[in-house]
This record gives sequence, C-alpha cells and structure tokens, in this order.
Amino acid sequence: MEKVKIKIDGTPLEVEKDSYILQAAESIGISIPTLCYYPHMTPYAACRICCVEARDGKGWSKIVTACNYPVWEGLEVYTYTPRVVNARRTNLQMLMRSCSPSPILRKLAEEFGIEKPRWGTGDYTCILCGLCVRVCDEVVGAHALSFVNRGFERDVATPFNLETESCILCGACAKICPTDHIKMEDIEERVLSHRELNLGPNAAITIPTRQAVPNVPRIHRDNCIHFKTGGCMVCADVCEKDCINFNDTDKVEELDVGAIIMATGFNSFDPTPLKQYGYGKYPNVISAEEFEQMNNAAGPTGGKILMENGEEPKTIAIFHCVGSRDKNYHEYCSRVCCMYALKFSHLVVEKTDAEVYQLYIDMRTYGKGYEEFYQRILDEGVNVIRGKAAEIIPASKHRSKEGDLLVQCEDTLIGKFREIPVDMVVLCTALESQKEAKETGRIFNISTGADGWYIEAHPKLAPVSTTTDGVFLAGACQGAKDIPDSVAQGGAAATQALKLLSQGEIFMDAAYAEIDEKYCSGCKICNDLCPYTAIDFDDENNVSVINSALCKACGTCVAACPVGAITARHFTDDQIYAQIEGILS
Amino acid sequence: MSFEPKIIGFLCNWCSYTGADLAGTSRMKYPPNMVGIRVMCSGRVDPGFILSAFQKGADGVIVCGCHPGDCHYVEGNYKCMRRMPLTKRIIKEFGIDENRLRLEWISASEGAIFQEVITEFTNQIREMGPLALKELNYQPDEIADKVASEMGDITHV
Repeated sequence: MEKVKIKIDGTPLEVEKDSYILQAAESIGISIPTLCYYPHMTPYAACRICCVEARDGKGWSKIVTACNYPVWEGLEVYTYTPRVVNARRTNLQMLMRSCSPSPILRKLAEEFGIEKPRWGTGDYTCILCGLCVRVCDEVVGAHALSFVNRGFERDVATPFNLETESCILCGACAKICPTDHIKMEDIEERVLSHRELNLGPNAAITIPTRQAVPNVPRIHRDNCIHFKTGGCMVCADVCEKDCINFNDTDKVEELDVGAIIMATGFNSFDPTPLKQYGYGKYPNVISAEEFEQMNNAAGPTGGKILMENGEEPKTIAIFHCVGSRDKNYHEYCSRVCCMYALKFSHLVVEKTDAEVYQLYIDMRTYGKGYEEFYQRILDEGVNVIRGKAAEIIPASKHRSKEGDLLVQCEDTLIGKFREIPVDMVVLCTALESQKEAKETGRIFNISTGADGWYIEAHPKLAPVSTTTDGVFLAGACQGAKDIPDSVAQGGAAATQALKLLSQGEIFMDAAYAEIDEKYCSGCKICNDLCPYTAIDFDDENNVSVINSALCKACGTCVAACPVGAITARHFTDDQIYAQIEGILS
Repeated sequence: MSFEPKIIGFLCNWCSYTGADLAGTSRMKYPPNMVGIRVMCSGRVDPGFILSAFQKGADGVIVCGCHPGDCHYVEGNYKCMRRMPLTKRIIKEFGIDENRLRLEWISASEGAIFQEVITEFTNQIREMGPLALKELNYQPDEIADKVASEMGDITHV
C-alpha cells in the first residue's frame, strides 16, 4: 500500500494513501470530536463536528471534515485552531437549533463554551447523523431504516413508518444512536424478577461460564445478527487473530478411549411444585442457586444481596430440605444443603444488617471443621429454628406489616407455632440426578438407582467403579456430594482410569457366556436381551457371537436361548440342575 | 413330626444372596427349609430350573432378585419379572398351585426382609402341605417336551 507523509498538529507521520484524517489522528492519540463516525461504517460527514483545518504548507487552507477527507502527500492538519473551533461552534449551534436535550450535545456545548445557542434550542432529539440508517444497511444488513422526506421534514423511518418484517429487533440502531433518539420498546410488558438474574447477558458472544474449558467465547446463533441477516461480522473485523469462524458447527467426533469417567453432575430441584412456598409467585422467594448468583461479585447485583425492588432485605429466612428428605419428592438427604445454608447466613451477616432465620429439620454438620462453622454461625447471632416451614403467605394479608412475607412454622424445640415476618426467603433446594441420567447411563451400560443416581460397583469396596469395566464415576452423578468428596472421587476415578491405561491389557473374569455355534439357530433373541451389547450377529455364518470382553456373565441370554446353545461358564445348566438334584435328594 | 417343606431359592449374586449373607452375619434366624442356589442374576433363572425343582421334589420355589431399577446387570431382574407370570401359568398346567412359586425383591441391605420373607414363605408352604406332583412322577423329558410344545416361546420375553 502506498504511504504518504502528513503532519497533524505539527507531528509528522506516515499513513496509507487515501485513508482519512480521523483515523490518522486517532493513531497518534489526537482525538477529534464526532457524532456520526463509527469505525465499521463508511464515513458520512453528517454532523460536521469533526471539522479540522487542512493546509498544503504553501498558503492554501480549508476547513474539511476529518472523518471523510482522504490524506495526500504533504497534507498538514490542524485540529484545534481558532478557525476550527469557530466552525465547530457554528455547526454545533445549528444542531442544537433542532436538538438540545441530548446529553452528548450539551456536553459538547459546554466544551465549546456555548451558553445560549445563537439560533435557539429545539426539543427534537434526532440530529440526522445517519448512524442508525448506516448500521442497519452496512453492518446489520437488514435495510429496515432509511431517511425520508427532504429539508426541514427530513427524518429517519421504517418503510411507511410501520412495523416492518425487515427489522430483526437487534437493537443496533438504538445502541448506536448518539442522542438516544431511538429506543427499544418492550413488545410485551415484562416484570423483572430474580429469575431473570440467572439468564445473564444475552449477548451473542459470551464465554459460557467463568471456568469454561476451553475458556473461549462462543457465538450464540439465535442472538447473532450475522445468522439472521448475513451481515454484521463486526467481531471478525475487530479480532486481530482472525479467530472468528462463522461456519463452525456442532460435530460428532469418534474417539478411541481406554477408559471413561462419568462426571455428569447433578440437577437442582425445581421448587415450583411446592406451592406452599410460593416460588415463582412471590418475587422475593428465591432458590439457593439464585441467591448464590446474587452473591457473585461478577453477578447481576455485583455481589449485593438485594430484594426485587433493589433494597436490602431486613430479614431473610433460609429453608433447609426443600425437596429433599421429603416423601413427596426425594427421600434422601442432599448432604450439602445444611452447610451451604450456614454459609448463606454468614454471607448475609457479613454483607447486610439483616436478621437471619434458618429453618432446619436436622442440622447435619458432619465434615471436618463443619461443626465449628455451625458454632461460629450461632455466635454470629443467626436464629436457628428446628422445624420445617409450613407455608409462606403475603404479610399484607395478615396482621403483621413488617416484612412482605410471613413464614409460618413450628419450632419443635420449644413446641410452639411461629409466624416470622421476612423480606426474603432462600430455598435450599435438593440435589437431584440429571434428567437424562438414565438415557446417558444406557449408552455406557451403567444403571441408575431409583433416585436416578448412577450405581457404583460396590457401595463400600468399589465406590468409583461401575458394573461396566473401564467406566468410572466421579462426583454428584453417583449421589449428592459436596466439593471435597467430589474432588476425592474425581481423583480416585482418574487413578482407576490411569491404572487401566498403564496396564496395557485387561484382566477378564473367568465367568462369561459362550455360544456353541453348532446349536445356535440364529434366532437373534439373545441379541436384544444383552444389556451390555456383548452379543453380535454373524451374518456370514448366521449365528450370534458373544464378545467375551464385554460379557458380564449375568446369564439372561442363557436362560432365554430356546435351543440351549448358550453356556454360562461357572453357572452352566448342568451345574445348576446338579445343585437342584443335590438339594432335593 | 410335622411336615417340613423343601424349598429351593434362586438368589441373585448381588442383592439377595448378599442379603441372605447379611441375615446370616446378623445372626437372624430363618427356617432351614430353604436352600439357596446362587445365580449371577435373577435373569439367569431359566423356567426349566423351576420346573426341574418341582419335578425333583421341591415343595416351593422362591426367586429373589434386586429391586427394580437396582439390577447389577441393568435390567436382568425385569427379564425375570416378565418370565415369572408365564412360568406360573405353566406350573398350573402341571397341577401345581401357583403360590408355590414366588418372586421377591431383596436388596443386599435387607437381611431382615430376607428373614421375614423366607419365614413367611416356609410357613405358607408348610400350610399348603407337600406337593402332590411327586405321585404324578413326570419324567424330566416329558416336562421339557410339554414346555416346548405348549409354551415354546416363554423364555424369549
């Protein structure tokens, strides 16, 4: 690219020929005010605030707009001469003639010392900079906006000023408008509740979670303008490393592996069915997950504990065992709730002046340092009530006016019915198995218990292995677990997997089933019966074949074989008949 | 001397056999009439075993497996569960009361339940008296033939 030598405010520099003064000035840190310039769009020179003085060094000089004036060899630019300031002042006052309320114009006016615009002020907010029209055309590619009419009547509008199908509701025009003339209107009136906190930013590019592996941003096709109109691609423009790949799609990859570790985790119980707690009905009844999100310093409230109206709560009740230890939902104890509920109390005490009530069935502080933490919470003045909350009712319907909500419960230690007015309730929801755990387990031939947790090979002696060799369990997919236990199990699973890999060979159990090909009629009944898909059909010889490495010797196929062609080693028919005979003789 | 029934139990290796072990190690007493045969899974229990047991002189047969959903082999107990009603239909054909055959789910931790079930089943069989089949004196081959001809596909489920 051909380079030319220019000077800006006396600083010599070399820039590409036919680039514009504005970029050249920005590259050496001289900022020129502008209202209608945006890097990804063609300059338009509508606002004329960016005007500068161009000189050739031989006496010629002219006021030009920096955003669209191409540089040439020997050009000298002066960005802040009295002549420039005067021109900008004039142009700004002309803009203010029709549009004054906009903060950006008022700020500029202050900068240029305009107290009273010469031609008066107007209360229209559009300065006809054309950013919205250009962004819709050039970046978004939706072409839903255009200038209409001429002269005084000139305005920005959609075709015929009607709602248009071309508009994809991306909001780019509203975002880019320097004077806030364009606003996104909610199509439906929306009530903001805490539940929305969970959604996070709905930007088209996000890093899924802070600890995501790999920790890279992803494009969400549903929100991305490019996938709606084929335009935009601003992210690709700004990415210096050319990392943006719009053609990337989900793909299925096949991997040969020697061991598999299942770490599919848990699901959080949805407390909506517990109507008595009014989750989803009262905005200040929130789940533990939402409370945790709220406490995240990078979260939507910046780590502050706030009620829906943005105020700090004065009283908070924390309910244990929501959905767990409950015959109607999960009978098991979720194990982690007592401790995190206590942690919540600690956070509340630390961050607010709120009174905290803990409603528990049994306080299970079973781990190292846990009981000590419980004592510390008690010392911090948290009210700990032994009893399960019966119901939450709105306080306004009741005699008490203190809080928004009234918690009704029985304090079983003093044997009294209590009503506690609170501002906010946190429901410590049960840990439950993933909804798809059963289907996922089927793929790996591991079974789930009645609660949906994966079953380990032995509850005491093989808590990491499964009934399928080479498949190991880690973390809460096997049962409700806290972090230290999950880490320990994860480490154990990794070791087990490594043990298999380092051995290089597999030791098989001597008990497995065999098919005698002489007798197999090829009926295929056994093929579908095998839960381990160990039986294949040999089309060539028209017989079923058992892969002895996959067979677990359950014998289901043996019992099912109509011709008795399958033998279960160590549990043969003959052996069992002999036992029957022996017992009954 | 009162009638002491002979009962054969088919116990799955992972739940019921371990449950029986637990009953034993916990010093729980149950009648010695039931003698267990260990199979890897209740799905291994061939209806032929049950017929053979009755034919050889058992007064009752109990099949014990893991609770539904808890099967060590994913779903062997479901296979067993589906075979059992059909097996009952067959034994009825031979004039055997279907209550002499029972299917129970006993997990490895349910030693007490194992004791309870075996005691209860033994008492039940004792009340029912000896199995009259002994006089009928079917030959094993005849049984096999009858099974094959009448209910050929019973084991396929």
